[in-house]
Amino acid sequence: MSDTQEINTPSFAMVRTLGLVSVICGIIIVGVYQFTLPAVNANKKLALERQVFKVLPNAKKVVPYFATGSGIAVAEDIDKAPAGAVVFYAVYDVADKLTGIAAEASSSGYADQVRILYAYDVDKQAITGIGVISMRETPGIGDKILTDKAFLQNFEALDVRLSTDLQSLANAVKTVKHGTKANPWQIDAIAGATVTSKAVGRGINESAQNLLPKLVPHLDQLRINEKGEEGRVKGNPPGREGRADGAGWTSPFPLHSSQMALNSSPFSSKGAHA
Amino acid sequence: MSTPSSFDEFLDGLWKQNPIFVMVLGMCPTLAVTVSAVNAISMGLATTFVLGTSCLLVSLLRHAIPKQVRIASYIVIIATFVTVVDYAIQAISLDLYQALGAYIKLIVANCILLGRAEAHAAKNPPLPATTNAIGMGLGFTLGLFLIGCVREILGAGKLFGVALFGDHFQPWVVMVLPPGGFFVLGFWLITIAAFRHINKKRNAQLQGAQP
Repeated sequence: MSDTQEINTPSFAMVRTLGLVSVICGIIIVGVYQFTLPAVNANKKLALERQVFKVLPNAKKVVPYFATGSGIAVAEDIDKAPAGAVVFYAVYDVADKLTGIAAEASSSGYADQVRILYAYDVDKQAITGIGVISMRETPGIGDKILTDKAFLQNFEALDVRLSTDLQSLANAVKTVKHGTKANPWQIDAIAGATVTSKAVGRGINESAQNLLPKLVPHLDQLRINEKGEEGRVKGNPPGREGRADGAGWTSPFPLHSSQMALNSSPFSSKGAHA
Repeated sequence: MSTPSSFDEFLDGLWKQNPIFVMVLGMCPTLAVTVSAVNAISMGLATTFVLGTSCLLVSLLRHAIPKQVRIASYIVIIATFVTVVDYAIQAISLDLYQALGAYIKLIVANCILLGRAEAHAAKNPPLPATTNAIGMGLGFTLGLFLIGCVREILGAGKLFGVALFGDHFQPWVVMVLPPGGFFVLGFWLITIAAFRHINKKRNAQLQGAQP
């Protein structure tokens, strides 16, 4: 084999060395993984919490749900969504009152997927706030969707009322050219950042068209939980299993942070907090 | 070759053989993650940690690893510590993890690492190997930091996230985009090369004066 070599290493020595190195490395990796896991999960939970608090400032508790064609159910494990299910978060305030719904929308922007979290106000039937989960849009141009005051005004009450048959939105959400917004369901684009503005509108439209018809007929279910609390044994209402830890989260909460983590953008974190 | 003192080993990487400005190695993270000073320092320290620990292990195992399988062994060792850093950064801050993105995992492909393992750690006892590796890592951090500062100040008007100028400041956006990385790297390469050149000339003159 290696006859030209001065020292003829037996194959067994090579296999043994590689095996030894792999074992040492494997032990190190497993050890570190176990050691950091709690902190990593806590961080991921915090990242979502911060986004939800941004779009719904009254938020106190967040409960993840699945919405499917046949109804809504508390999501025990958000990674195991049934086929066709849409994930959304029922958000409750200090008094356990349903303060809004948070859901994710995403669409391709100028550089990559623009992923946002929007707040849906049940009473107004409108979107009342957006926050960015991740994006790689051009800094100073595309990231204006977080800082441009005129653009953010679109989301003080963006009309997403359902049509009478509850099958779709009464008016599709649409991004229009800067300065031509005429209806409450239109989004006035940012001049110079039209592609990103449109991505936001398209993402919200797709997500709302998909989620709201599944969700709105069952809204009472979210409220029943909240009212039922007084009558029930405390600490055991459906969807509140996580309350014991004080944070009010159903655990585990890996959410989309696992996907967020894959986003390789040098700019995304900047976008997420602006 | 006489054995240099461990402090010289340390300084080697920091200045004389600075991985970015002299050896021009590891350009991928240099250009990609230096949009802010914090990103640059974190990336540099992550690389320093991987360099130090992997060189220590390579040095400890240097007699046990047969020549034929050394590269494979080094890469497995380096990849292990990159994974360790990956988990550690996720545990410390998700924002930082997202900002550094794929470049954390790409540390494994950074030629500074394999270069150090092969050229230095495999031939030296653990102490000098680790000292040299950490010096190299800090030299890399210094380089990233210099680039990151300039890009953050010009491209965002901030340093460490603190706004330096008033509201009238118009960010020079191209500086935080990829081309800005090349501009600033070029600027520092020229500056440091000029500095070295002048120094060399002066030394030559001094020596010439007293033959």
